[in-house]
This record gives sequence, structure tokens and C-alpha cells, in this order.
Amino acid sequence: MKELLFLQLKLEIRNQSILTSLFLYLVCLVFIIYLTIGNQPTSQSPAIWSALFWMTLLFTTVNTIAKSFIPYKPDSGPYMYSIVSAEQIILAKIFYGFVLNTLIGCIGFILFSTLLKNPIEDLWLFLGTLLLASYGFSASLTLLSGIASKANNNSVVMAVLSFPVIIGILLMVIKITRHASDGLEIAASYNELITIAAINILVTAVSYLLFPYIWRS
Amino acid sequence: MLNLKSIWWKSLCALLLIYSVVGGFLMRVPRLSIVNETIRALYYHVPMWFGMVFMFLVSTWYAVKYLRNHRMDDDIISVEFANTGLVFGLLGIVTGMIWANYTWGTPWHGDPKQNGAAIALLVYFAYFVLRGSLSNDEQRARLGAVYNIFAFFAMIPLIFIIPRMTSSMHPGSGGNPGFNMYDLDNNMRKVFYPAVIGWILMGCWIASLRIRLRRIEERILDEAYEKSA
Repeated sequence: MKELLFLQLKLEIRNQSILTSLFLYLVCLVFIIYLTIGNQPTSQSPAIWSALFWMTLLFTTVNTIAKSFIPYKPDSGPYMYSIVSAEQIILAKIFYGFVLNTLIGCIGFILFSTLLKNPIEDLWLFLGTLLLASYGFSASLTLLSGIASKANNNSVVMAVLSFPVIIGILLMVIKITRHASDGLEIAASYNELITIAAINILVTAVSYLLFPYIWRS
Repeated sequence: MLNLKSIWWKSLCALLLIYSVVGGFLMRVPRLSIVNETIRALYYHVPMWFGMVFMFLVSTWYAVKYLRNHRMDDDIISVEFANTGLVFGLLGIVTGMIWANYTWGTPWHGDPKQNGAAIALLVYFAYFVLRGSLSNDEQRARLGAVYNIFAFFAMIPLIFIIPRMTSSMHPGSGGNPGFNMYDLDNNMRKVFYPAVIGWILMGCWIASLRIRLRRIEERILDEAYEKSA
């Protein structure tokens, strides 16, 4: 399990093209946003900021996780199948996606606060949300990416499958972000935090149960 | 196994629906400001959602059954119930939009429940897109079943939890229990509950016809295949 996680990390670091293309994607997105509405007064409002921020993260993470089932070597599939169980694979992939998403989120946040501005007042609440959302995105997208990879890695299929499922988390997260930028106390966002945590647990459990059926073929 | 051909529940369904249509137009309803006579839309709009959730529940149940014992028949049942649920959901949205046009002023009001319902429908459209993109029968059934179960569990928070946490113009929001704000008095209950049951039975009926059609098609294909072999 741990080895699997490290293996994935190592492969990813070695295979730098994916990571660099990912960060380039993120930087390009943020820069386009900056160029198009960066100096308009409307972009300064927390509502717009949080919507743009989370949309950027959403697109970047969908692109990241969509790649998580492309095998590094064409014949490594049967080998993996023989040494680890499907449950271990899905948990490792979810955790790996979580780490990657958190990284993307932090870099995205830094880019957004330098190029646009930083409306967040309650930084800890925002970081907590970022963690929860990264995990939620990872947990729900990994299974879908597994499905999409069986459908000939069609990226349109991935987008169509994932967006409706992810909207629930996205709405909650945007709401908390607005709370955090309005400087409300944490108690105001307890409901949303608990809901996201519950969705995360639910999605992880369902992925854990269902993934073996995808992996089997 | 569903007993698809027995007559009693179909006649029950027809009776309940005739009763709910006639009763829905003729029986007394409470006078409420703004809503006025449009409250009768409750008899047709709300049962659609009950029906949709029920159809999707059955569909998910058969998806689980398919994953457990890999019988193609379970997959057929699962798909056809999802199909019927989708029709109910579309009708629910359309009736809701007509109703909203008269009471809220616009057909689409950005109400959280409206949005949640639209998203739920998108999820099931995605289910059919996924099935369409796979050509292998067995794989289509398996991946479809997995997505079906996953989508159902991802949909629950959307239509049951999130709208209740935000302010909505539907009753049952902001922590209110579901129907108290409707003043759903006993007179209305007499029509409303039969309507719900009637429409659910109607959904099962539609689905069962389509399931039988699909089974016949499969059998014809099988026979043709055997002849050619």
C-alpha cells in the first residue's frame, strides 16, 4: 500500500512531462483570467473571485485525475493486477490524487493572490476547505477516471461523467470561501464543512466498493 | 423477479390516476395567497419527483444485482427503469416550470431545488452517454452499473440535503419539514397520496413494457444468431 503510493509518486516525478504540463495549464488559466478581467473592478468581489478560483481548480484537477489510469508501461497492468488488490489501488490513487490536488490548490491560490488579489480573511478556514475539497475531488474523480479509461480514455466522457457529480462539493466549497472572505466566524460554516466531510466519506466508501468491478477486466 | 404481466396492479394504477385527475380538479383546496388555484399542480408536479426517485432507486438496486451475479436481464431492467426515471424527471421539471411561471413569475428561478434537479438529470444523461460510448455489451453493462450506483449516491446530497440548507422558495427549506408549509390539509392528502402511488405504478408499467420489449428483441437476436451459426 505505502509502496504503491511511493511508486506512483516516484513515477510521476520521473515522468516530468505530466507534472510540468499540469502546472503550465494552471498558470495559463490564471493568466488568461488575469488578462481578461484582472483589472476590472468586478473581479475584486469575493463572489467572482471564489467562483473563478474553484472553476480553475476544477478544470485543472479533472485534467490531472483523468490521467491517473493511463499506464506508464503498456504491459504493467496485468503485473499490478497480480501483486496488489483492487482496493489497495483505488485507495492509493485517491490519496495520491489528494496530495496532487492540494499542491495544485496551494499553487493556484498563490497565483491568484499575486495576479488578482487575495480577498481571504480567514486563512485557516480557507486552507481547511482546500484540503477537504482536494480530497473530495480526488475521491470522486478517481473512480470516474477508471470508468473513462475503460471507455478508450475519452476525455469528453470524463468531463461529462464528472461535472454533474462534482457540483455538490463545488457549491459547498464556494459558499465556505465566501464566508472566509467575508470574515465570518467558523461557526457559520460548520454545516457546510460537515456536509463536505460526509460527501467525502460517502464517495470514498462507494469508490472502495465499486472499484474492484472496474478493475477486474 | 418482477411479476410483469399480472393485471391487478395495472388496473389499480389506472383507477388511482383517474381518481387523482378527477379529484385533483374538482375537490376543495385551501385558498392561499399567490398560489391560489395553481396549488392543484401539486397533484401532478410532486408525484413526478416521487416517481423519479423511486425509478432511480429500482434502477440502482438492479445495478447492484447485476454486479453481484452478472445476469444480462438485471442490466436490462436497470437501464429501462433509469430511462423511465429520466422521463419522470423531465416531466417534473416541465410541470415545475409551468407552475413557477404562474406563482414565481419566471419559469426558471435559480431555485436550489430546481438546480439540484437539473443536475440530477444531467447525471443520468451522462449515464446514457457513457453507455453509448462503449461497444462491448458486457463492458457496457458493468461500467454502466458502476456509474449508476455511484451517480445515485452522489445525487442524494444534491436533491435531499443541499436545498434544505439554503433558502429556497420550495417548502421544506431552511430546516422546515417537508410539507407543513403547504397546509397540506386532509382534503389534499386524499388526492395527493393516491396520485403518488398511481404515478409510481404507472412508471413501473411503462418500464415493464419496455423491459419485455427488450427481452423479446434479445431473444429474436439470439435466434437469428443461432440460425446463422
